[in-house]
Amino acid sequence: MTASAILTAFLTIVVREIRRFTRIWPQTLLPPAVTMTLYFIIFGNLIGSRIGSMGGFDYMSFIVPGLIMMSVITSTYANVVSSFFSMKFQRSIEELLVSPTPNWTILAGYVVGGMARGLGIGLIVTLLSLAFTRLQIHNLPMMVLTVFLTSALFALGGFINAMLATKFDDISIVPTFVLTPLTYLGGVFYSIELLPEFWQGVSMINPILYMVNAFRYGILGVSDVNPYVALGMILVFIVILSVVSLRMLQRGKGIRH
Amino acid sequence: MTVQANQEAPATWALEIEGLKKRYGSGFEALKGIDLRVREGDFFALLGPNGAGKSTTLGIVCSLVNKSAGKVRVFGHDIDTDLAGAKLNLGVVPQEFNFNQFEKVFDIVTTQAGYYGIPLRKARASAERYLRKLGLWDKKDTPARMLSGGMKRRLMIARALVHEPRLLILDEPTAGVDIELRRSMWAFLEEMNRNGTTIILTTHYLEEAEALCRNIAIIDHGEILRHTSKKELLTQLHVETFILDTDQSLATAPVLEGFETRLDGEGAVEVDVEKSQGLNGVFAQLDQQGIRVLSMRTKSNRLEELFLRMVEDNARQGEVTP
Repeated sequence: MTASAILTAFLTIVVREIRRFTRIWPQTLLPPAVTMTLYFIIFGNLIGSRIGSMGGFDYMSFIVPGLIMMSVITSTYANVVSSFFSMKFQRSIEELLVSPTPNWTILAGYVVGGMARGLGIGLIVTLLSLAFTRLQIHNLPMMVLTVFLTSALFALGGFINAMLATKFDDISIVPTFVLTPLTYLGGVFYSIELLPEFWQGVSMINPILYMVNAFRYGILGVSDVNPYVALGMILVFIVILSVVSLRMLQRGKGIRH
Repeated sequence: MTVQANQEAPATWALEIEGLKKRYGSGFEALKGIDLRVREGDFFALLGPNGAGKSTTLGIVCSLVNKSAGKVRVFGHDIDTDLAGAKLNLGVVPQEFNFNQFEKVFDIVTTQAGYYGIPLRKARASAERYLRKLGLWDKKDTPARMLSGGMKRRLMIARALVHEPRLLILDEPTAGVDIELRRSMWAFLEEMNRNGTTIILTTHYLEEAEALCRNIAIIDHGEILRHTSKKELLTQLHVETFILDTDQSLATAPVLEGFETRLDGEGAVEVDVEKSQGLNGVFAQLDQQGIRVLSMRTKSNRLEELFLRMVEDNARQGEVTP
């Protein structure tokens, strides 16, 4: 395939993914907007006003970056895992497999499609947060880079999950039992300085803690971890998951007999 | 086992398969090293009973199934070294519906064109052309799940053709389609073939293979039993069975010298006729016995008869093999 043909195939996948999640917007775009608004009202306003400051900022300002990141992570992951698994389930993945689209283009298309939803949700949640607090950007490149790379990483995670899944239960196990706990324990609602030393150490092995803090650093300028270490770590994970995803596609894991 | 390759040497082979083997993870050997060649412009049938290896063979050609050994080339493009080149020349209509049931007809076809790198404007024009040809243009904005079974089959054909492949593979394209629609699909495929598209199909309707195809391969238990022209194959059919409807209510089958006869319901007689015998003797003897023949038909189509015999012979050979 020529470079322009590959670009067309890539854009076709991305557009199809965007068309899919916008077609079912009450299932994809609305719920995180509603959930995050409730978080802002309950945790930020009602409870947050009694908590006082956290990390040198009022509680609402402190949790906004974490909540944006949480919605980006869950939406990106959910988009790729559900879309790719549905295609496997309906066998419409064969449309792609019989085509000359290279494997890396298929992967890139799904990743960018998932990122489109995740970042779109992130933007919606950010706009909603402006109704509750004033956002001041401390380091725009850090903020943008962190959210883009994190979104790409979880799109890859969703892709691998979908490749391995054989039934619908398999695509909800990781989000429910891995992603949600790690996100809640990843410093979205608190600074790990509040934890005893032992639990601070345990928290440091949670990768989501690094992403949330790097993003918070971009907005507020405060972080429990070195944001540049966090960025490096995300990049390393992206490379690893990309290689794993491509190998799985090459072998046809779960999609070719 | 008899394997005959097509004798003529054409300029280009649309499909070349050499020593193709497939062993599934369960240990089941679906293909035992088959060789198959289809010339450019051919209308070719791959026939065989359920589980014979037809879909596995086509699945490997379309890269939906990983092969265990062997070579596959599509218009000279080896799937091991130039898979994209092979795929660009290939259109596939699978046996099962495999499109997103929630997407609209037009979107399904244009999206497929996009996967082949066809720019949107050209993709839309091509999608419109094939949807019109296949009588689906008025359904272009309908979600695929709302289509009838026949429409879904036609949608898959339009999708397979949107990038204008040189080789079209159809796995049971008319399964579950009514006779009228089947005939119109035959006419469409014949037109495609006349316009230069090489077509390979598998079908359970042997009438379909007999009507459309010029060359045929019969596969069973992962081996090619015959690979030759339809004409050549049909000359191997020595005996045909005819059903004669008579004007009499017969209690026993009339005895006809040199022919085997059986009753087929009241007044109908089944007669086995060898090719060398001809039918005149049958009519003459019935006439002598005062039996008038009102109408006549073959019991099954010729290819079907031959196919069943080959598969039965193969099964018998398999039974005595230690």
